[in-house]
Amino acid sequence: MGRSESVPSGQTGDRPSVPEQRSGDAPYLRVNDLRVRFNTEDGVVRAVDGVSFTVERGRTLGIVGESGSGKSVTSLAILGLHNAKRASIGGEIFVGGRQLVGLPEEEVRRLRGRDMAMIFQDPLSALHPYFTVGRQIAEAYRVHHPRAGKREARQRAVDMLGRVGIPQPARRFDQYPHEFSGGMRQRAMIAMALVNDPDLLIADEPTTALDVTVQAQILDLLADLQAEFHSAIILITHDLGVVSQVADDVLVMYGGRAVERGSVEQVLRRPQHPYTWGLLSSVPSLHGDADAELVPIRGNPPSLINLPSGCSFHPRCRYADRNGDRSRSEVPELRPAGEEGHLVSCHLAAEERTRLYREEIAHVGVAR
Amino acid sequence: MSEVGTPSAEAEPLLRVRGLAKHFPVRTGLRSRGVVRAVDGLDFDVRPGETVGLVGESGCGKTTTGRMLVRLLEPSAGTIEFDGRDITHAGRRELRPLRQDLQIIFQDPYASLNPRHTVGRIIAMPLQVNGVEPAGGVKARVQELLEVVGLNPEHYNRYPHEFSGGQRQRIGIARALALRPKLIVADEPVSALDVSIQAQVVNLLRELQRDLGLAFVFIAHDLAVVRHFCQRVAVMYLGKIVEIGDRADIYERPQHPYTRALLSAIPDVTKLGPAGRIRLTGDVPTPLDPPSGCRFRTRCWKAREICATEEPALVSRDGGGQATACHFPESGPVAGESGGTAGAAVEEVSK
Repeated sequence: MGRSESVPSGQTGDRPSVPEQRSGDAPYLRVNDLRVRFNTEDGVVRAVDGVSFTVERGRTLGIVGESGSGKSVTSLAILGLHNAKRASIGGEIFVGGRQLVGLPEEEVRRLRGRDMAMIFQDPLSALHPYFTVGRQIAEAYRVHHPRAGKREARQRAVDMLGRVGIPQPARRFDQYPHEFSGGMRQRAMIAMALVNDPDLLIADEPTTALDVTVQAQILDLLADLQAEFHSAIILITHDLGVVSQVADDVLVMYGGRAVERGSVEQVLRRPQHPYTWGLLSSVPSLHGDADAELVPIRGNPPSLINLPSGCSFHPRCRYADRNGDRSRSEVPELRPAGEEGHLVSCHLAAEERTRLYREEIAHVGVAR
Repeated sequence: MSEVGTPSAEAEPLLRVRGLAKHFPVRTGLRSRGVVRAVDGLDFDVRPGETVGLVGESGCGKTTTGRMLVRLLEPSAGTIEFDGRDITHAGRRELRPLRQDLQIIFQDPYASLNPRHTVGRIIAMPLQVNGVEPAGGVKARVQELLEVVGLNPEHYNRYPHEFSGGQRQRIGIARALALRPKLIVADEPVSALDVSIQAQVVNLLRELQRDLGLAFVFIAHDLAVVRHFCQRVAVMYLGKIVEIGDRADIYERPQHPYTRALLSAIPDVTKLGPAGRIRLTGDVPTPLDPPSGCRFRTRCWKAREICATEEPALVSRDGGGQATACHFPESGPVAGESGGTAGAAVEEVSK
């Protein structure tokens, strides 16, 4: 998807110093030090804790993480979908130059669906079962085009259904979601998200509920549509294989924080964070030695109410003892990892990381 | 056909499945709308200590098959023999002694444990139900099991909600092991878990399989996980086995176009960028009205007339253990690896 192999940095217009990333050719989305907290009876959940990134038009950022890493909370914050009574949101979110944090609900609603749209994991719960698929798409169009007549909206919806590869779109317009197969529903949801030509598309595990052969179709479709519409895409997933296929840049999240960021080449080929290493070496592969042991990450993901001190990955990290007590006591900042545009938050010295990766990780699992 | 997928007859199979089928009637109100042929004639064997994978996409009948094997579902046709005995229609009482040898692990570690029971009680349940008195007492056995699956034996008195997803799946495994079974049917045992935890559980299952000599029927949609766990693999499509063979046959020399498409559709972390994969068009057809002849023909780029009229039999091409149900089987390594066949396939599909 808009991959440019020749650009080594992956993130143009992104200076290594983290919280400030201002540049000439402003990226369409700029998230700065985003913090999302929920007050619960058990305590404050720091679901997202100081995350920054940018996405330009025509590029795809893959956000990778396991459950509870904060990846979905981040995307809902960008779309302003958190309940203001329960969540407190800090930091900055600039979409097309407009700061969204603190913007009145009505103004965010005006942007949502028009400038930015979302594709959810489960199309069955995102589509209303009571209305025809076509009517829902047409309505999404009319909300942002109040002057458009019914006929025009219908035509637009039929066009979109055809664009996302649904056969006989005019007939399909009048069918209900349950009459669509899983893959077709996901296509319909993509049609709905794209009906207003959004500049930013957030896809949250868009293919997780689908079979692999259908997943392949949907990933191809997203790539084709991006080439056509030139939108900025955020793809949230736990599947490193999906990321390797469609992302230009990758952000790895753990316990609500960004632990590594860079081009897909940097993060998957020359990963710098022990958590990224762990993810790569625990994925079973279709190639290589099938009898080799997988190398899992020990322990369990942390509780967001009671994050471990210092680097929140330290209880599961095999190298946490290499810096005296630093990993336990000091939260590592996201710092340049060496190559331009590659950032990592780890207390290990750069040379040691490179050595460890080469000697202990690179030959394991899919990290090879 | 009867010895399909059986490379050699050295060991008597522990599990022998022949012509196994499950048809669910579909009704609207009182009117019958026909039957869903969820599983439609399966033949395969599992030898003692062997791990056999059942793979396929949703609706292929793999879960229904697993449930019939442990007799949570009543087969509509065919036979299941376990340890030399026909258990196809065995009643509760006849099954009771077999329950000790035949256990199941479920996909959802949240829904498969009773939230009101302590872990100790959950794991001890199969012992009680079957009236088994372990040598050192129930508690000692449960604690031993907790240790075997890598949990703290002191957590005997805790409740399921106090454990993470991966730990709960370990509890489900301990429960399945309680009666020292010979065969475990594992239905998507790791698909609900995070990647880092998934590897822990796969390693545990592999270790148990080796140490205890357990046979497994491992049901999964993730072909990479299956490759790391199973010695033999059966690929299912719309209620039928389309290909069965040793791991190396299936992953390195698949013959059925569907197996090849399935393998090449898996996004591979080791390759960056859009993959040159076989693009299958459309979705899996409904099992309510499966295509005539070969069920895969509506999505197959090699389909000709004969595919619509004649159902291909699951037969071995070379007399070995790999059997394929296809009129036009492929040969050579997987598409996308070598490039040759992949390119051709992609071109043909895109026409």
